[in-house]
Amino acid sequence: MIEFTLPSLGADMDEGKLLEWKVSPGDTVKKGQVVAIVDTSKAAVDIEIWCEGTVFELLTEPDETIPVGTVMATLLEAGESAETAKRAPRAAPAPKAAATPSHPGPLPRHGGEGIVSGRRRVSPAARKHAEELGVDIETVAGSGPEGAVTLADVEQAAAAKVSPARTAAVTDKVADKAAAMRRAIAAAMGRSKREIPHYYLSEPVPMRRATEWLALANEGRPITARLLMAVLQLKAVALALRKFPEMNGFFRDGAFQPATAAHIGVAISLRQGGLIAPAIHDVGEKSLEQLMLDLADLVKRARAGSLRSSEMSDPTITVTNLGEQGVAAVYGVIYPPQVALVGFGRIGEQPWVENNALGVMPVATASLAADHRVSDGHRGALFLAALRDQLQEPEKL
Amino acid sequence: MDENELRTVVIATLKTIAPEVEEGDLRADRPLRNQVDLDSMDWLNFLIGLHQKLQVDIPEADYAKLVTLGDVLDYLQKKLK
Repeated sequence: MIEFTLPSLGADMDEGKLLEWKVSPGDTVKKGQVVAIVDTSKAAVDIEIWCEGTVFELLTEPDETIPVGTVMATLLEAGESAETAKRAPRAAPAPKAAATPSHPGPLPRHGGEGIVSGRRRVSPAARKHAEELGVDIETVAGSGPEGAVTLADVEQAAAAKVSPARTAAVTDKVADKAAAMRRAIAAAMGRSKREIPHYYLSEPVPMRRATEWLALANEGRPITARLLMAVLQLKAVALALRKFPEMNGFFRDGAFQPATAAHIGVAISLRQGGLIAPAIHDVGEKSLEQLMLDLADLVKRARAGSLRSSEMSDPTITVTNLGEQGVAAVYGVIYPPQVALVGFGRIGEQPWVENNALGVMPVATASLAADHRVSDGHRGALFLAALRDQLQEPEKL
Repeated sequence: MDENELRTVVIATLKTIAPEVEEGDLRADRPLRNQVDLDSMDWLNFLIGLHQKLQVDIPEADYAKLVTLGDVLDYLQKKLK
């Protein structure tokens, strides 16, 4: 029996609302198939399944809001039948508000949750942070050693506090959605700045060869097949990453896990405010034409609020192109559990010395924010130099 | 297609990219991309939209001529003749 749980779709998600099942009991599913649509604070996400099997039972009802990790459905493995499979216990983590663990005395009533007794550990930092966030520390479930309440628990509880409002009938209201997104961004970026020792580097990248190559490449193309500079930049990052695996992957459970492919999260600003950074998969392996199609599709779906779970959950690095808005350079905040973020500033003409002569050069500042737990500035500098060099040979991208 | 019809098409296309645009707030003599928050993907999609509705070809080399809403309207008007 396979238990299909609600995946985390990024550091800023701790619950989701099931909108719709795309499968029924008895259906066979393939790896990567969309089985459900779940609403998060950022988008309605198509949830893909990562195993093969036959749907046995759907445990979550549409319109139900459930925490990440909840068993949503059970599936039969190949060779398993409904008779042999034991009915899986619903091993869902209890909803956050009800997950009140050991507690020394009577609780103030929080929606009528149970009262449990026992000794309780709370770190001073968690207690202080709970006060700042207006969270009642006695209602927070502890996930640390011996049920200790950690900073992360407090943050989760703070985020979960908004859930009644989100699950109410007002979900569709734009203002509500914007507020939920702002809280989600605040939680992820707050965690990033607290946990990740960032270092920052920048490098002016001459862009003449890339702009000229692109102009020539687009000259012969119909408007619907034209490439954007952003696509060259994404590919250049992916190729540069091959020699710098310490910029590409996740820092989890106290250790760095390098990724085997470059799934680049593309920071996309949303018109109603906020941003989202879903992944384009295997950027290093794709042609510029394919990347352009993927990018156009991703931006369109991100703005329409329709993304896939794999795009949300597995970016291995993020690229942001705030140069589009006219800034010279961007120093990014790493999106946990990733370990690096590459930023591109606007392409602008600058005085430039080349071969002892002063000339004019289109230049874009590339920047790197990286995690000092995983890499040092020396390697970061070499990575940016490799990125700069990739963009000097656009024909090889 | 007269000037008003063309303007209607252009504004409608712009609104498919940036639904928040109010026609009355747009100044025809100011850079369009400063008035409407359009990144290069939005801009490309705007031009693709115009290309599809009006059947005009807009080479990339001409992008530099298309700064204000007035520029866009003049350019399209000439192309449609």
